[in-house]
Amino acid sequence: MAEAAAHDHGDHRPHGWVRWVYSTNHKDIGTLYLIFAIMAGIIGGALSVAIRMELQEPGIQIFSGLAQMVYGMQGDAAIDGGKSMYNAFGAAHGLIMIFFMVMPALIGGFANWMVPIMIGAPDMAFPRMNNISFWLLPPAFILLLSSMFVPSAPGAFGVGGGWTIYPPLSTSGQPGPAMDLAILSIHIAGASSILGAINFITTIFNMRAPGMTLHKMPLFAWAVLITAFLLLLSLPVLAGAITMLLTDRNFGTAFFVPDQGGDPLLFQHLFWFFGHPEVYILILPGFGIISHIVSTFSKKPVFGYLGMAYAMVAIGAVGFIVWAHHMYTTGLSLDTQRYFVFATMVIAVPTGVKIFSWIATMWGGSISFKPPMLWALGFIFLFTIGGVTGVQLANAGLDRSLHDTYFVIAHFHYVLSLGAVFAIFAGWYYWFPKMTGYMYSPVIANTHFWVTFVGVNLIFFPQHFLGLAGMPRRTVDYPDAFAGWNMISSYGSYIAAVGVAIFLYGVFEAFQKKRVAGANPWGEGATTLEWQLPSPPPFHQWEQLPKIK
Amino acid sequence: MRKFLASAKFLAGTAASAVLFSGAARADQPREWEVTFQAPATEMMRQIERFGNYTMWFIVPITVLVLVLLLVCIVKFRASANPVPSKTSHNTLIEVIWTVGPVIVLLLIAIPSFQLLTAQYTPPEEAKLTVKATGNQWNWDYEYQVDKTFSFNSAVLQDGDRAKAGKEDRALYPRLLAVDNELVVPVSTTTRVLITATDVIHSFAVPSFGIKMDAVPGRTNETWFKAEKEGLYYGQCSQLCGKDHAFMPIAVRVVSDAQFKTWLETAKTDVPAANKALMAEIDGTNKIAAAGN
Repeated sequence: MAEAAAHDHGDHRPHGWVRWVYSTNHKDIGTLYLIFAIMAGIIGGALSVAIRMELQEPGIQIFSGLAQMVYGMQGDAAIDGGKSMYNAFGAAHGLIMIFFMVMPALIGGFANWMVPIMIGAPDMAFPRMNNISFWLLPPAFILLLSSMFVPSAPGAFGVGGGWTIYPPLSTSGQPGPAMDLAILSIHIAGASSILGAINFITTIFNMRAPGMTLHKMPLFAWAVLITAFLLLLSLPVLAGAITMLLTDRNFGTAFFVPDQGGDPLLFQHLFWFFGHPEVYILILPGFGIISHIVSTFSKKPVFGYLGMAYAMVAIGAVGFIVWAHHMYTTGLSLDTQRYFVFATMVIAVPTGVKIFSWIATMWGGSISFKPPMLWALGFIFLFTIGGVTGVQLANAGLDRSLHDTYFVIAHFHYVLSLGAVFAIFAGWYYWFPKMTGYMYSPVIANTHFWVTFVGVNLIFFPQHFLGLAGMPRRTVDYPDAFAGWNMISSYGSYIAAVGVAIFLYGVFEAFQKKRVAGANPWGEGATTLEWQLPSPPPFHQWEQLPKIK
Repeated sequence: MRKFLASAKFLAGTAASAVLFSGAARADQPREWEVTFQAPATEMMRQIERFGNYTMWFIVPITVLVLVLLLVCIVKFRASANPVPSKTSHNTLIEVIWTVGPVIVLLLIAIPSFQLLTAQYTPPEEAKLTVKATGNQWNWDYEYQVDKTFSFNSAVLQDGDRAKAGKEDRALYPRLLAVDNELVVPVSTTTRVLITATDVIHSFAVPSFGIKMDAVPGRTNETWFKAEKEGLYYGQCSQLCGKDHAFMPIAVRVVSDAQFKTWLETAKTDVPAANKALMAEIDGTNKIAAAGN
């Protein structure tokens, strides 16, 4: 280690802005991704708080005022503009959280940082491609944000079709340029992810240290490998779908135009063929992180390692053949629905294997409840809740009543907002000392956890009730009977926003206090290779490849 | 908030019996602090509710099991209670159990699930009435496919029009749910609804009937319901359709056979007059019923 540090001085290590903009170093690029994800997360989170402020009470509260402020609309135009602005906020919230927060954090950030280190590789296979993967994201994000300020439908600004951008609402329904900017944004973000996926697959297949067979590879690397394959196979389908959307909008094609022989439902099939694997793309890296954390803080090896790895393979594979469970109410034939009910339920089996294996990893362990472990425990429980409501929704007969209601919102936020995001924070608190060399204040980290835990549950648990009572998704206003639970949900979102502030303060505090973390702050349970390097790791690691027994 | 307090006052005033009473008189619509489905108004919705409750018998114990196991780990295997960790990382038997167990649970869920799904696509009898619902931004057209086909438009009731329409009772005609012209159907009659749209995708949904079907331009979808009790039932457009997505409710007025026949005859030529006459008749019967109590 000392040798590695001494050797460091001889590197051609770039400084200043060159280090970041021209970076080909996986750790620097990972850091860029993480900073990007935090900024996008704050913007996406702010949009959701605005949505909750609007829904706190029946009637239109803030969006006509916002439309007045931002777009300079007056009177009735402000009310109409406000309604459209609400839809634009919803669409932007979804797209930002998926493409610019969760994916950059888990795949671009943590996977970039940790996968090469964990498999004993000096860097990613294609360092320059890694650079372009990241630098495609800021322009994509700027395109999406700027779409909120250009016209869409008459008297409206911003993409108002939800993140699913179903035609004809996204074609003839919104002729203005906002949708074109968003399509371009998704194209670029998609290209960034495909390049990243190619990079990870090549790295993991070819650059493992001697002795590290696939069956000895850490689960996070497994998770990223599977995620990369999902990205590689699903994103081109999305790219095709939104290209057709683009040509329908601008060049007179009619892929999705019914009166010229097209079919709006074709888009939904293509979209969800991407969209369903996408939700596993968001959660699988989290699965990997949680496995490491549970094992580390229980001081036990992961229970049923092979089962854990192949459960993820199974989830990834089956994830490609369940897409139309998002479309039960579109008029699919009975047999089609029967098939998708069956296929969807199958996914619960490998997911159950994962949940029980995490518990079995803890069983008999010697568990210390450091902040990463708290987040991991929260993840396991809340993901279970989201999982079982997913089993309910899988049943087309029951989904008839729940589809497009707040029940669905509650379900997917339990698996993503309380699942993927909890995994991100778990990973953050797990690897922050490794990445920065500094230890954060556990008191602040624990406070962050508890405030967030209370907040997000208050937001999303009551939404199950709203959905059962029949409240449709994506409405700017609702019948007065829904007021009670909406109010609770909105208060929850303010509490969660306080949680974000505590998180940011914790980061600031850690950098200010500069408590030295040491190479391995977590003790004997932390067995993966990153803990054998100093914190932060040298600019280039593994100049002598580690040998795996 | 003001409206919320006002309706809370209404509830408090009529006390607990209000729940039962309103259930009978107002048919169905969402209620405050509701935590379950709206009361079923069709056999199909009752089946959906029954199946939903049935799934709870599996998912709640599973969630509780996970929670209990986590708590046991937290208490029994915390570092202070168990300083020396075991090194167990395999146990084939338990792995088989937690793979086969969920498979059995899923089979137990799947069987009634498939029955429910099949029932939704198998009306018990040939439909006696066919209505075509066409979604527009942001209202519905209802076309009655009877001997002399006629149609009318149904849009959200504006507050300014309440007095003129005789719909000032906000409990019976709630904001954002009440419409100017309801879809009128006879009770205990299998009604087929053909669903399409003219501009963007909408979705025709009535929660208490257990139906939801997307209205897709260029395509005609079909669903059916058989309402069991007279009354007024509400739903909302359930597919994001633009600016006024929140403002295109669906209201179905279920009436007796005789009332429907009278209404239908007038409606063929004059829908507003037919609705006015129908409302007057229903108000009359309700008053007699109330006096009889």
